[in-house]
Amino acid sequence: MSEHTDNGVHVSSVRLLLVVWVALIIGTYLTVTATYFDLGSLNIWIGLAIATAKAVLVALYYMHLRWDRPFNGFIFLTAFLFLGIFVGIALMDTAQYQDTLIPGFATAVGSAASDG
Amino acid sequence: MTVDTPGAAAAASPATHAHDNYLTAGRGLLSWLFTLDHKRIGVMYLVGILSSFFLGGVFALLVRTELLTPGPTIMTADTYNKMFTLHGAVMIFLFIIPGIPATLGNFVLPLMLGAKDVALPRLNLASFWLWMIGAVVAVASIIMGAVDTGWTFYTPYSTTTGTAVISMTLGAFILGFSSIFTGLNFIVTVHKLRPEGMTWFKMPLFVWGIYSTAIIQVLATPVLGITLLLLIAERTLGVGIFDPALGGDPVLYQHFFWFYSHPAVYIMILPAMAIMSELMSVFSHKHIFGYRFIAWSSIAIAVLSFLVWGHHMFTSGQSGLANMVFSALTFSVAIPSAVKVFNWLATMYKGSISLDTPMLYALSFLFLFSIGGLTGLFLGALATDIHLHDTYFVVAHFHYVMFGGTVIAFLGGLHYWWPKLFGRMYSERWGRIGALLIFVGFNVTFFTQFVMGSHGMPRRYYNYLEQFKPYHQASTYGSYLLSLGFVVVAGYLLHSLFRGEKAPNNPWGGATLEWETSSPPPSSNFAHEMLAGDPYDIESLRFDPETRGYVRKDPGSVLLTRVGA
Amino acid sequence: MTSHSESHHDPHLAHHFESPAQQYQSARLGMWVFLVTEILFFGGLFCAYAVYRANHPEIFIFGHHFLDKGLGAFNTVVLICSSLTIAWAVRAAQLKQIRILKLMISLTLVCAFTFLGVKYVEYSHKWHAGLLWARSYAPQVDHGDGDHGATPESVQMAAPAGGESAAGATAAPAQPAPATAATPDHSNIAPAATGPAGLAVEAAGGGDEVVAEPKNAQTFFSIYFLMTGLHGIHVLGGIGAMFWLLFCARRGDFDTGHFTKVDMVALYWHLVDLIWIYLFLLLYLIH
Repeated sequence: MSEHTDNGVHVSSVRLLLVVWVALIIGTYLTVTATYFDLGSLNIWIGLAIATAKAVLVALYYMHLRWDRPFNGFIFLTAFLFLGIFVGIALMDTAQYQDTLIPGFATAVGSAASDG
Repeated sequence: MTVDTPGAAAAASPATHAHDNYLTAGRGLLSWLFTLDHKRIGVMYLVGILSSFFLGGVFALLVRTELLTPGPTIMTADTYNKMFTLHGAVMIFLFIIPGIPATLGNFVLPLMLGAKDVALPRLNLASFWLWMIGAVVAVASIIMGAVDTGWTFYTPYSTTTGTAVISMTLGAFILGFSSIFTGLNFIVTVHKLRPEGMTWFKMPLFVWGIYSTAIIQVLATPVLGITLLLLIAERTLGVGIFDPALGGDPVLYQHFFWFYSHPAVYIMILPAMAIMSELMSVFSHKHIFGYRFIAWSSIAIAVLSFLVWGHHMFTSGQSGLANMVFSALTFSVAIPSAVKVFNWLATMYKGSISLDTPMLYALSFLFLFSIGGLTGLFLGALATDIHLHDTYFVVAHFHYVMFGGTVIAFLGGLHYWWPKLFGRMYSERWGRIGALLIFVGFNVTFFTQFVMGSHGMPRRYYNYLEQFKPYHQASTYGSYLLSLGFVVVAGYLLHSLFRGEKAPNNPWGGATLEWETSSPPPSSNFAHEMLAGDPYDIESLRFDPETRGYVRKDPGSVLLTRVGA
Repeated sequence: MTSHSESHHDPHLAHHFESPAQQYQSARLGMWVFLVTEILFFGGLFCAYAVYRANHPEIFIFGHHFLDKGLGAFNTVVLICSSLTIAWAVRAAQLKQIRILKLMISLTLVCAFTFLGVKYVEYSHKWHAGLLWARSYAPQVDHGDGDHGATPESVQMAAPAGGESAAGATAAPAQPAPATAATPDHSNIAPAATGPAGLAVEAAGGGDEVVAEPKNAQTFFSIYFLMTGLHGIHVLGGIGAMFWLLFCARRGDFDTGHFTKVDMVALYWHLVDLIWIYLFLLLYLIH
């Protein structure tokens, strides 16, 4: 059953809050134990997948997107899209120009980087 | 319930109106500084922003005067570096980024929606206070020794120079949040405060433009925030993200910086284009042509603007692959701008054009922005940019779009809405003189820079070869003429505040909602219920010689719906 | 003058809104837009992380051993609990259960302070071990003076369990590589001064039975402190907001079921939790 406020806004049940909490704790446990298995480059992606699943739970249930205007969820996803563009192109470019870097060449250092 | 016609409201005696508007409601400095009225906030921003324009202009004149002769003219080379840096930083962060949205946007947008205020008035006031605080910090930075890195703060120079980088970037950081909150407010306002019946495609195009700007403000400015924060951390703590001496990557800094700063230029131009749509329609006395194309092109510009930042970095050490990708994508962003220009021209075609001052600025915009936009293509093309990068060609390009585009449109909008803001008409004759001086002065100043740049004159240079002297001198004398134009404009506008003819509700014949209320409006925006219809149904209005303003031909028309009050 | 609609006697309804629903929806949309800006703000740091990790994975493989997975996991659980309690607080405010509301906000505050306490412990370990951001990076030597360069005596990675003791990090940061017989002729470029040698990593000549401290290891710690530090500042902001909510609750602001403020703070707090979930994964759980 779902409760609502006088104005018709959805109220989360205690059961729902606790179920999501348990799921998040389990997810955390899974993430940590996964690091003890060496799956090469797959490790990071498994970790990200679990983290994203947790994030989706938090967003949908704790942050109420499940019962909210879809537009709010849409703009939340849009933020990640633009962040993805930024990170993606920065990764592409930096990877591409690593070969052009000159080893051992740096400006004279020391804590002489000026203050202020 | 009867509906008052705007004509009847305007015919009421001036005396009752003088005491019943947002300017006179509440007296004293505190009633302004703590106001929640979007109109007052807009006016306070206007004062601040025009003052910033003046300050930035002073730095510009100092730069140009120094460049009258090669080598030292009126200052040392180190001081010169500070002058052009401050000119850029003040103009960009204090003037043009807040610019149109904070002033005209704040004032006009809620009125156009028939609303009583923006969605989040306290956030609006917070935006303004943040602007003031950022401005104080920036000015303090100038007094504390200023900055000589260029407004772009490139590392590693910005992490090692002894000038006041931290305070200036802190000022810019604070100003960034002012911009974010303004954008946030407009997004919520446009989504939630439209009146019944005003669907998205019945909104004025000015609102579409401000909304698209807000999208960019909200998505891009935070990245500037983190970039400046990292720069401050680099200088204070030495975090080594951008400083090669500590293992950092200076090209990464440029990626960070331009991810914001390219969309930022569309924060500058979109509101100007938004104003243009209004001016083109009203002063051609004709419905806007291609409404949906113009509306969608604003959104397209906002989205595409995020894909092209690398075109500022073609010679930075960015990879060849990225260079090619960015160059190709840059051509795409020209398309929606062109769509707008053609639709504006089509709006003028077979219209009944009035060459009032706002229209003179609008026509100037068409000419100057086209030049600026086309020269952007030379810079977006990888092969030519290798030669033109960091020359005066770039300087001329961005001044044509930012000044010839945004500032000219801002002036047009200011003259258009001036009667609404202050209830006064300015002198049309002086308006035309000012517009002419500015147009001529601007072209003399900046067209010469295209030529100089294509001949190889680098930007930000204190010293230069003798062959460039005639160009520099022409440019400098042009800048003096340009300044004279601004003095003229400031003069008659200020004069109009005290001696100007009282303005009718609708002096120009616009069909958007702000023209339905009195000039200036009451604090609650609409004293009576207003009639809303097609925002470009210009031909439904006729000139009323008694009030010297425009009124609805048929107030009872079924095409109009009631809003407000 | 203006004809006001008679129904608007609700003191919580601002004059420019037509209905409480419009006001509430505006607040929610406004808060979500703000969260978008926070994602882009933190996103910059995630970009720096991604770029350095992709191009210099060795510094992350080296550096993460100095982070305590146990403490990190504990903090993750603490924040997850705080998300539960703040979500419950929203429910309580919606149902006008003021006592439960105050309890839940207080529990969230307890979680927040616990989180910061753990971070303080972690930070002070690193401070004493000299494992700080780039310019201040000066790892403590455990035994004698460590050799530079490629000897087995050089930096060993800390034992996997309880790595806060920072065992065996050498004193000196990596030496600059001399210009060897690589193709470009840099004979007219002065060799780099002592210190981290820019970005490019020379093929290491040393033995690989023990992983030497890689060049620019300090960058890992810069990124660690920047990301967790900015996150911590946001936790502090959230703590301030929650104290404010307690103050409002005591004042009776929520007695009539007007819960928007709690909802807004909760949304912010959930984002703080979300960011930590990713930080924990990306900084502590590197394989």
